[in-house]
Amino acid sequence: MTATAHGVTALPASRLRLAEVARVGIHALATRRLRAALSALGIAIGIASLVSVLGLSESSRSDLIDQIDALGTNLLTVTPGTGFGAGDSALPGTATGTIGRLPTVEEASAVYAVNAGVYRNDLVPANLTGGISVYATDTRLLETLNGSMAHGSFLNEAQRDYPVAVLGAVSAERLGIRDLEAPVRVWLGGRWVDVAGVLETFALAADLDRAVLIGDRAAEQYYDMDLEPSAIYIRVDRRFLDDTRDLLPATIDPENPEEVEVSRPSDLLEAQAAAEGSFTELFLGLGAVALLVGAIGIANVMVIGVVERRGEIGLRRAIGATRVHIRRQFLTEALTLAAAGGIAGTLLGVAATYSYSVFQGWRAIIPPEAIGGGIAAAVVIGAVAGIYPAIRAARMSPTEALRSD
Amino acid sequence: MPALELRNVSKQYAGTPPVTALDGVSVQVARGEMVAVVGPSGSGKSTMLHIMGTLDAPTSGSVLIEGLDTSSLDDDALAAIRGRRVGFVFQRFFLLAGTSALDNVANGLLYTGTPRPQRREAAVTALDRVGLGARIHHRPNELSGGEMQRVALARALVHRPAFILADEPTGNLDSAGSEAIIELLLSLHDEGRTIIVITHNEEISSAIPRRLRMLDGRLTDDIDERVSVP
Repeated sequence: MTATAHGVTALPASRLRLAEVARVGIHALATRRLRAALSALGIAIGIASLVSVLGLSESSRSDLIDQIDALGTNLLTVTPGTGFGAGDSALPGTATGTIGRLPTVEEASAVYAVNAGVYRNDLVPANLTGGISVYATDTRLLETLNGSMAHGSFLNEAQRDYPVAVLGAVSAERLGIRDLEAPVRVWLGGRWVDVAGVLETFALAADLDRAVLIGDRAAEQYYDMDLEPSAIYIRVDRRFLDDTRDLLPATIDPENPEEVEVSRPSDLLEAQAAAEGSFTELFLGLGAVALLVGAIGIANVMVIGVVERRGEIGLRRAIGATRVHIRRQFLTEALTLAAAGGIAGTLLGVAATYSYSVFQGWRAIIPPEAIGGGIAAAVVIGAVAGIYPAIRAARMSPTEALRSD
Repeated sequence: MPALELRNVSKQYAGTPPVTALDGVSVQVARGEMVAVVGPSGSGKSTMLHIMGTLDAPTSGSVLIEGLDTSSLDDDALAAIRGRRVGFVFQRFFLLAGTSALDNVANGLLYTGTPRPQRREAAVTALDRVGLGARIHHRPNELSGGEMQRVALARALVHRPAFILADEPTGNLDSAGSEAIIELLLSLHDEGRTIIVITHNEEISSAIPRRLRMLDGRLTDDIDERVSVP
C-alpha cells in the first residue's frame, strides 16, 4: 500500500493467484466428496454412454465392413422374378451357361431345387423335414460364394455323379451332425447318402445354410430335380459390376427380362450397417438426455451449495474477495465437477467399448472425436450448469451472506 | 489522523416504511484505541460495524479509513480495502471446514495475491500470537469454540490491518473461551492495535475504557473513562 502523511491514497487491487483459483475451486469438492462424486456421476454416465455408443457402433460397423470386404461386393444373385406381373416365372435352364459366356463374369454357379426330404435316418417320419431344402449344384459353388468348409470337403468332379451330400451349417446342426470324424450318412429322398463335408455359414447366401447340396448330375439321375435354376450366383469383374448387372436380365431371358431378378447380397449387409447407424442416433439421443440430466444435477448441487455456503461467501468477501473472485470460484467448482465426470465417463465408455468388442470378437475402434468431444461436452455442460449459481453467489451482498440465520 | 472516522453516517433499508438502521452517526477512532460498542439488539450496532468495514455502504455520510474517503470507491476497491486494511471477527467463526488452522489463517491474505509460502509464514506468526502455535495443523472440528475463535482472530491479524472489527466475538463461547478471547483482545490493544468490538458481555465492556452506546440507530453515549469529564 502507498501511505503518505495524509494516509492511504491507493491500495493495490484484490487479487487471487491462478493456482489459488484452482485450489479454492477444488477445496469445496474435496470436503464434500460424496456429494461431488454423486453429482459428477450423472455427467459420467452421460458421457460414458455417448462414448460407448460411438465406439461400439464404429466397432460393429467396421466389423460388418470387414465382413463385406472379405466376402466381396462383386457377388450378384440371379433369381426368378417375383415382382408384379412376373407370374410363375422361372429362369431358363440354359441360363448358367449363357451367363458364363459373358466376358465380365468371373465365376457362375447355379443351384437347382431337388424335390426330396433329408433326414438323419430312415426312421424319421417324412413330415419332419426340419425345414431343410435340398439343392443340386456343381463344383464351383463354394468358390463363387467365397465360402469355406467347417468339416470335410466340398463336392468334387467325381462326386458330382454319385449320391454324396454337403451340408449347410444350419442343416448340419438340425441333423445333429457335429463333425465328420466317423463316416456319416443321411437319409435323402429314400436312399442313404454319404456326407462329404459341412459348410461354414454363408454370409451372402443365408438360404444355403439351411440346405443340403448334392451333385447336379447325381440329382438328375437319382432324384426329381428342377431343370430351371433356383438361383444363380455370379462373381463379376468389379470394374463392370453395374454394367453386368444391367445386362444380365436380357442375356438370361431375352423374351421376359422382367422375370429375372438380379440382386447384390452385400447391399443387404450395407443396409444392415446403415440400420445400425440409425440405432446409433437413437442411443446418442438417449446419451444426450443423460447428459442433460447430469447438467441439471450439477446445477442443482451448485445452487444448493451457494445457499449453504453463504457464510463462506460472506467471509471471503470480508477478507477481500471481489465479486469476480467468487464467481470464478463457483465456476471452477462446476467445471471441475463436470470435467471429472467427463473424464470418468470417457474412461468408462472406452472400457465398455473394449470389453464388449472383445466379447463380440470385433476390432475395438474408439473414434478420437468421441473422446475429445466427450470431455469437451462435459466442460461446456459444467460451464452452462455453473454460470447461474456462480452469478448468484457473486451477486450476494456480503452483509446478507454473513447475517446469522 | 484517525484510523477510522464516520461522518454523519445514515443507513436506510428500503421497505414500507423504510427502516432507518443508522441515523447520523459520527465517530472517530484513533490509532491504537480500543472501543466497545454496546446497545440492545436492533440498535444498529452490526450495521455500523459492517459500514465501518466497508461490507455495506451508507445511504448518506462518509466513511474514512486511514483518511481515505471510501464513498467514491467501487466494489472492487472496497474489497481491496477489506482485504488489506480491515480485520473482521464474527460471532460465528466462519472457518473453512476440513482446512487446517494454518490455512484458515493464511486465507486472511488469500486475496492480496501473496504467495502461499509467505501466507503460511505469516499465519504461523499470527497463530503463535493467539497462543495456538501448537495446534496449527488442527482442523476446526478438532478445536474447541474458544480455539476456533482464536483462529478467526489470527486470521483477522495476519494481514496487519488498520483496525480489527469484532462482532460479538464471545457470543458463541463458554465462559472460559470468552475469557481467553477478552484477554487476547486486551493484550492486542496493549500492543497498540486498534480494535472495535460489539459486545453484550459486561466483562468486556467494563474492561474497555471507551464505550459507544447505541439506541435506535443513534449514538447516544460516547464515554471515555480516560478523559476526565468535569
